[in-house]
Amino acid sequence: MATIDLHTHTSTEHHDDHGHDHAHHGNFWTNYVFCEDHKVIAKQFLITGMAWALIGGTLSVLFRLQLGFPNADLSWLKPILGGWLTPEGKIDPEFYLALVTMHGTIMVFFVLTAGLSGTFSNFLIPLQIGARDMASGFMNMLSYWFFFISSCIMFISLFISTGPASGGWVIYPPLSALPQAMQGSGLGMTLWLVAMVFFIVSSLLGSINYITTVINMRTKGMSFTKLPLTIWAFFFTAIIGILSFPVLFAAALLLVFDRSFGTSFYLSDIYIGGEALPNQGGSPILFQHLFWFLGHPEVYIVLLPALGITSEIIATNSRKPIFGYKAMVGSMLFIAILSFVVWAHHMFVTGMNPFLGSIFTLLTLIIAVPSAVKIFNYVTTLWKGNIKFTAAMLFSIGLVSFFLTGGITGIFLGNSAIDIQLHDTYFVVAHFHLVMGSASFFGMVAGVYHWFPKMFGRMMNEKLGYVHFWFTFVGVYLVFFPMHYIGIAGFPRRYYSWTNFETFSGFADLNMLVSIAAIMTLAAQFLFLFNFIYSIFRGKQASANPWNSTTLEWTTPRLPGHGNWPGEIPTVYRWPYDYSKPGSKEDFIPQHIPYSETPESNLAHENDLIKLEMSEDAMTVEKDHTH
Amino acid sequence: MSLIIGLGVVLVLAILYLIFRIGNLVELVKGKKDDDGSTWNTVNAYLMLFFMIGGLGWFFWYSYVHFEGYTLPVASEHGAVTDYLFWVTMAVTVVAFAIIFIVMFWFTFKYRYEEGRKATFFADDHKLEIAWTVIPAIVLALLIFSGLKAWNDITGPASKEAVVIELVGQQFLWTARYPGGDKHLGKHNYKMIDASNEFGLDLRDVNTLDDFKSLELHLPKGREVQLMIRAKDVLHSVFLPHFRVKMDAVPGMYTTFKFIPTKSTADMRTETGNPNFNYEMACTEICGRGHFSMRFPVFVHDTFEDYEKWMSSQEAWLKQNPDYLKRVPVELREAAIIKAGIPMDSQEAILAAPVTVTSN
Repeated sequence: MATIDLHTHTSTEHHDDHGHDHAHHGNFWTNYVFCEDHKVIAKQFLITGMAWALIGGTLSVLFRLQLGFPNADLSWLKPILGGWLTPEGKIDPEFYLALVTMHGTIMVFFVLTAGLSGTFSNFLIPLQIGARDMASGFMNMLSYWFFFISSCIMFISLFISTGPASGGWVIYPPLSALPQAMQGSGLGMTLWLVAMVFFIVSSLLGSINYITTVINMRTKGMSFTKLPLTIWAFFFTAIIGILSFPVLFAAALLLVFDRSFGTSFYLSDIYIGGEALPNQGGSPILFQHLFWFLGHPEVYIVLLPALGITSEIIATNSRKPIFGYKAMVGSMLFIAILSFVVWAHHMFVTGMNPFLGSIFTLLTLIIAVPSAVKIFNYVTTLWKGNIKFTAAMLFSIGLVSFFLTGGITGIFLGNSAIDIQLHDTYFVVAHFHLVMGSASFFGMVAGVYHWFPKMFGRMMNEKLGYVHFWFTFVGVYLVFFPMHYIGIAGFPRRYYSWTNFETFSGFADLNMLVSIAAIMTLAAQFLFLFNFIYSIFRGKQASANPWNSTTLEWTTPRLPGHGNWPGEIPTVYRWPYDYSKPGSKEDFIPQHIPYSETPESNLAHENDLIKLEMSEDAMTVEKDHTH
Repeated sequence: MSLIIGLGVVLVLAILYLIFRIGNLVELVKGKKDDDGSTWNTVNAYLMLFFMIGGLGWFFWYSYVHFEGYTLPVASEHGAVTDYLFWVTMAVTVVAFAIIFIVMFWFTFKYRYEEGRKATFFADDHKLEIAWTVIPAIVLALLIFSGLKAWNDITGPASKEAVVIELVGQQFLWTARYPGGDKHLGKHNYKMIDASNEFGLDLRDVNTLDDFKSLELHLPKGREVQLMIRAKDVLHSVFLPHFRVKMDAVPGMYTTFKFIPTKSTADMRTETGNPNFNYEMACTEICGRGHFSMRFPVFVHDTFEDYEKWMSSQEAWLKQNPDYLKRVPVELREAAIIKAGIPMDSQEAILAAPVTVTSN
């Protein structure tokens, strides 16, 4: 008993000191730029991510113009695109590939990895587990600034005369290794690789911090089984990132060697530009294995945080506990593990040994089971709820809808025999944009709407949020659903135009529809941008807990300062989903309310916990006296 | 002109902003009566319902009415199998999709917020959870095993009688090499590639001597074909949409795909009612600027005899490039002249020439 007492005593005292120490005000540079506070770093990630999202979205609209209106005269874009337009006012075919490549890179890495995980892991982990800050504020700051350097390099690569990397976001060599093969494989590719190295460093620094913080810095009573699903999701995401990003680093490094130092890891028997290269014995397929060893887990790095955020928002706004908490954690764990053994389903028809194809088909379709469980659990959470359609809730429902629509086509693509025809067609484009791209993007937007009051102390305008949601939701479906048909018809991806082929001569109408919907969807994002900026300064003042939510972040003041809680960090007594508990007067009981205060709503086994609580409270009281 | 448009846009945005501000102020003045937002909640709930009905309706309508438009006729034996698997999977998943989609949006509508109602505290149900873990697992297992069987058949070794054809991808065109009368493709070496010898034929191998080049892929109907695929510069991918064939072309190694065409070009012209129908081959791995233009015409002969007749009408590569006889080792030159069918008048001088290439 004595040892426990001592332990709580010192740890709380330490926290208190911490809180007081940082109450002083720094200058602009330490408060907003080189800041070590997790909330500021989260906002830095968010705003950088949003800037990237606008760039990535604009690039996609540019190439959609080419695909939807192949005969249009785009000379009016001359001031922006300059030499990338042909004299007839068309997008240059090589620039088209650059657009596709940069759109993919930006969206996957800079928006949905850094923008999503970076924002919400940083913002929510300390607030929801009850910690003053991250384990290492300095590393956390470094994580952002490495991301910033990476962003700058990638951004600069958009403006060089030979254009940015253009070999697809998967940068398969030999195309990406040989500057003779295309312009973008010159300096643009070098900058891409350098930027990604910084990005990987940033991601690893962040992940190490997230994992350490979740394991070591949970407040009293916050056992792993009482963690909100958001934290579980961020925790698994960080573990996946730490295990998979180094492999991309290795792949990139070997590619650098092949490009600049004459090695032959990926190159063999190449005759290009009128000469036979000396490289022999390498294998382009090796690169694909290394790339997808990150590339597939990356899908879950992007998706899991969004699913975590959604779990939280759907439970809060259905006023119901999330259905099957343990199954949700279990399925995320299962997905995290399986995500490492399914990578080669991207490679069924690349010349890989077909036996491996069988193995990876099997493993891939197994991963569909935990994903299905998650969908069923979301739907059951809605059942008999009392649903409030906040903007965040709308986007969360949208996420589940996309996850369902896009996930189900994974059953086709994961089956190697069916994948033969569908591989690298628009069916794949439709699949991953719905299940990974749009779903994760919706998770990110939902998170912004939901936690905006805690980030900026003000509410976003809900009605603008509704308009934003409906335009985006319908827009995304109009963009990606028709692509299934185009894909079933066999239209290959990354085609500048299909007019060379009789087989792919149709669907001008659907392609035009897709492009118009894409423009509409991008336009709707400016509503969000306006709402975001306007609400930071002029939004309605938020209360400390505007959504009547149960988790710890809502126990902080309206604008939590450095250290998050002005006094002691609250102790946690219960799981995070006590919504609409029978017997309780309110329809939510926050995590820091002890069972002893809620005898009217306690379940049988919870009453047994009261005794335990009492002894712990006694210790706290004792400590307060000695203080 | 653009200045006026610019000003107009700024003006419109300013007006929209003003409307937004005034709306906000009016709401403030009206007070907090409507603050629970229950009207909007109902609106959103109905929109969810409309979206579900409209979305599913459009999906089924388009899929039914435009079926011909988005499905390609199938022209290979394994293609019929994979198509069948595709549509079985489609049936299973569409049913699952529709049920979950309807149920989910129905719930969002049915259980929209009502003041005073309390949600049901329903945190766990092991029977339900086990049910919806096990049922998808069983359905997926069935789909997987039928898929794996097809995959093993498709990727199994080709029979000895298969017609062997080499396809070579390069930026940005395809070439095909046929083995000629001896039915064996000769060796190649990328270091022997030059402006004329685009395959890098190694003429020291007797099997290369009658190989011929084609700028069209000719296939026999009803016979197994084995494609030997390679690339000269970067990755490419052979895609024969009607035959459900796809396989990457990789520099430095052969990849293969075997299949049996079941419909000749003439059959397809009848089936589609399009007298100009032609099979096509495309590239489906990003390979640079001209990726979208790598069209390769495909022709399927009605009978194997027709195909062989076409084969024998083709000139050996060596016959088209008789200068390269110099690179054929002296002891093989006699055979070369016969196999390649080089006419008498150009033989004498070449036969005596020294061997010029000895690399590798």
